[in-house]
Amino acid sequence: MKKIILIATLLSSAAFADKLLINGAGATFPFPIYSKWFSEYNKLHPDVQINYQSIGSGGGIKQITEKTVDFGASDAPMSAEEMGRAAGIQHIPTVMGAVVVVYNVSSISELRLSPETLAGIFLGKITRWNDPTLAKDNPKAKFPDAAITVVHRSDGSGTTSVFTDYLAKVSPEWKAGPGQGKSVNWPTGLGGKGNEGVTGTVKQTDGGIGYVELAYANQNKLTPAELKNHDGAWVKASLESVSAAAGKAEIPDDYRVSITDAPGKDAYPISGFTWLLVYKDQPDAQKGDALVRFLWWAIHDGQKMAAALDYAPLPAPLVRKVEATLKSITVQGKAVLAERK
Amino acid sequence: MSLRRFTNGFMTALCALALLVALVPLVSLLWLVVSHGVKGLSLDFFTAIPAPVGETGGGVANAIAGTLYIVGIACAFGVPLGVGAGVYLAERGDSPLGDAIRFTAEVLSGVPSIVVGIVAYALVVLPMRRFSALAGGAALAVLMVPTLARSTEELVRLVPRSLREASLALGVPEWRTSLRVVLRTALGGIMTAILLAVARAAGETAPLLFTSLNNQYWNWRVDQPTASLTVQIFNYAVSPYQDWHDKAWSAALVLLLLVGTLSLAGRLLSRSRVR
Amino acid sequence: MTRPRAVEQTPAARANLPDRAWAAVLTVLGLAVLAVAAMIIAELLRVGGPALKHTGLIAFVGNSVWDVTRDVYGALPFIYGTLVTSGVALVLALPVSIGLALFLTEMAPARMRSIVSFPIALLAGIPSVVYGLWGLFVLVPILRNPIEPLLARTHLPIFTGAPIGLGYLAAGVVMAIMILPTITSIAIEVLQTVPGALREAALALGATRWEAIRIAVLPYARAGIVGATMLGLGRALGETMAVTMVIGNSPTIRASLFAPGYSLPAVIANEFAEASGDMQTGALAALGLLLFAVTVLLNIAARVLVRMSRRGPARVAA
Repeated sequence: MKKIILIATLLSSAAFADKLLINGAGATFPFPIYSKWFSEYNKLHPDVQINYQSIGSGGGIKQITEKTVDFGASDAPMSAEEMGRAAGIQHIPTVMGAVVVVYNVSSISELRLSPETLAGIFLGKITRWNDPTLAKDNPKAKFPDAAITVVHRSDGSGTTSVFTDYLAKVSPEWKAGPGQGKSVNWPTGLGGKGNEGVTGTVKQTDGGIGYVELAYANQNKLTPAELKNHDGAWVKASLESVSAAAGKAEIPDDYRVSITDAPGKDAYPISGFTWLLVYKDQPDAQKGDALVRFLWWAIHDGQKMAAALDYAPLPAPLVRKVEATLKSITVQGKAVLAERK
Repeated sequence: MSLRRFTNGFMTALCALALLVALVPLVSLLWLVVSHGVKGLSLDFFTAIPAPVGETGGGVANAIAGTLYIVGIACAFGVPLGVGAGVYLAERGDSPLGDAIRFTAEVLSGVPSIVVGIVAYALVVLPMRRFSALAGGAALAVLMVPTLARSTEELVRLVPRSLREASLALGVPEWRTSLRVVLRTALGGIMTAILLAVARAAGETAPLLFTSLNNQYWNWRVDQPTASLTVQIFNYAVSPYQDWHDKAWSAALVLLLLVGTLSLAGRLLSRSRVR
Repeated sequence: MTRPRAVEQTPAARANLPDRAWAAVLTVLGLAVLAVAAMIIAELLRVGGPALKHTGLIAFVGNSVWDVTRDVYGALPFIYGTLVTSGVALVLALPVSIGLALFLTEMAPARMRSIVSFPIALLAGIPSVVYGLWGLFVLVPILRNPIEPLLARTHLPIFTGAPIGLGYLAAGVVMAIMILPTITSIAIEVLQTVPGALREAALALGATRWEAIRIAVLPYARAGIVGATMLGLGRALGETMAVTMVIGNSPTIRASLFAPGYSLPAVIANEFAEASGDMQTGALAALGLLLFAVTVLLNIAARVLVRMSRRGPARVAA
């Protein structure tokens, strides 16, 4: 009898007890790359499982503030007010991405949208595809006489935050109306849950138009619209144009920075960083240690996986800066990575 | 006369038509779940955990296990509570307090499950500082209790008084009579009620959204987020990936089979008992 | 086994302690039901109360703007969406349910009733999320084309705008299918309590079957059928997943059924896990409180009606 119990205990400890489960939740914008990272990291370190639920940036900020998860994720930097509620929180930039405008009109294979047109569509002022303002941007395209169905996010979203940050910069009417935020009062349209939901709804709705992270557009074979940037040039979203947007930005010590509507001929105007949110002093010894080591891996080895999934890796000087930040993170008062170079 | 006859025939036809109208969505739903769902079933589907976003393959084994796990936790709380309250109502419920409890149970059975989710988040997730199978199980238990209490009461009341009185007359103490005679006699019916309650709980999504959340790995700890079939179906259905849509249909098929088996078992149990 | 000891203890005294303990356990379990109810109300009030107090019930319910960025929370778009979709569901489900119930109790042979009762129970047992899946991938495309364009030809104000598929109409139709079994099974139960003598008297006087139903059966069962409808409505109001998946999730108030809207449970499902700050969390819990209060009242009223009709028509049909 004792033997059986012993064997059972050994088996169960082998199966479960040695695994360290780290819970995270938040942004859907980087979910494809995070999902890949956590899966790959688990292959390298079978004893560490990182469970990430893409519930939206708003959820990521709320849940890390409530400490119901071990880390949060957001592509909207936390506001001063939110930081006040989560004392000791640290933003760690992980990758950069582009918010692209995708559409579902079978007769159109290329679409150019000036800032005014884009704001007009999302304000509900431009309601049909054959509106003259669209024809002005796209003289050659043949637009159908069909209604435009705007698709936006139904959850609190960093993608929305980046997108509305851009619209508020380029359109005074937008700024005075819906404004900038993780979830705004949309004048028109359908709500989809997560980048997944918006992509899914656009794909299913003829005449639909929505904004999603570049990876979602490419994975689902939706062609993003070309946008007119700060310098007046038409640009497509790509790793290069996102990196160009970040190139001239001055990055503050807490990494909370917006790079939308960035200057530069090649800069894609709706680019953004995405951040993991962790406490500067980790309360749990094992989890804190594993989490910091994962972050170190993510900003080095992890960056090599970014391009394949359409995310732009962090610029080298920034990686250097983040290294220093990671070394300053303590676990129950003790630094973990101090010895790393 | 002929007009009256015509009206009679017309209304009869209309009512018969109602039967057809009611069956159309049912047939459509069952047919599509089965035909779409079967395609995605494979060994991987039942043994593997979900693949990373955008990659095909993987399965929902952890979600199937998670649903059973969360429902199991719900039973651990809900069954004793619901059955116990039902026995109380049947044996000692002829009082103002009994009426109040009975009334509360009836009213509670109509409370939307999402509301119970809010309460479980505030009472279990926040204090524990973690989404957990326990929180999901607690929410489902709250949903199980009212219906279980009401049906247990009815079943216990069906036990003939003479049986009870005979036992008491033989000097068997009341508690023993309750447990050994009354409850044992009603046991088959109560099992049916439990199976039906479990079937209903296994199909719940809303109260799990912010209690047990989800998990892409296996989990057997009560204090960790846990995958469930229903939440997985929801996430997969609203996603843009064809592979995930297929998985949503297959998971729906598995869920329907699970729920259907439980209710069928319950019905058969009650039928065999009546005969 | 215990008999020898009975010499020094009276049977009553011997039985006393365990019996009392058993009674106490049962009472505690019974009271637990009350405790659960109290807990639900207390928590909703604790989380949602301050937000409700801050804005005031009337202002909260009457405000049509839900703007998280500016911390303005009005419940009207969700109340409106919940009512409109439930209304659509009732308009669609009620005639079918009652027709079906009448057919099965009054017209069809008894064997058919037992055969048909199974698929109805099956319909009731299908999880909400599966209805949502079906709604999203089957119903919505059908609504988008051809149903909504066809309805648009009527030029009624409720059938205008772009046929998107997702919206009030889709949510209402899915809800209708979901509440159909609830209403039908309770209506059957109510119709079965109608005394056979009433029906036979009408038939003996030369009434056709439909006339007997109209004159004798329906008046008798009226209160019960209203109760059944209210229970169905109660289920519709609280329906979350299927509605979230097809209603379009847009906090606006539109006259057209084609337009996307929002409902009380859907907004809680979408925003509760991420609500930042006490204001939004409170406002969402206040929506939950509202939903709770409405469904509880509806349930109480419905059960009273169903019970009254079971006892007979004396106080009801008059």
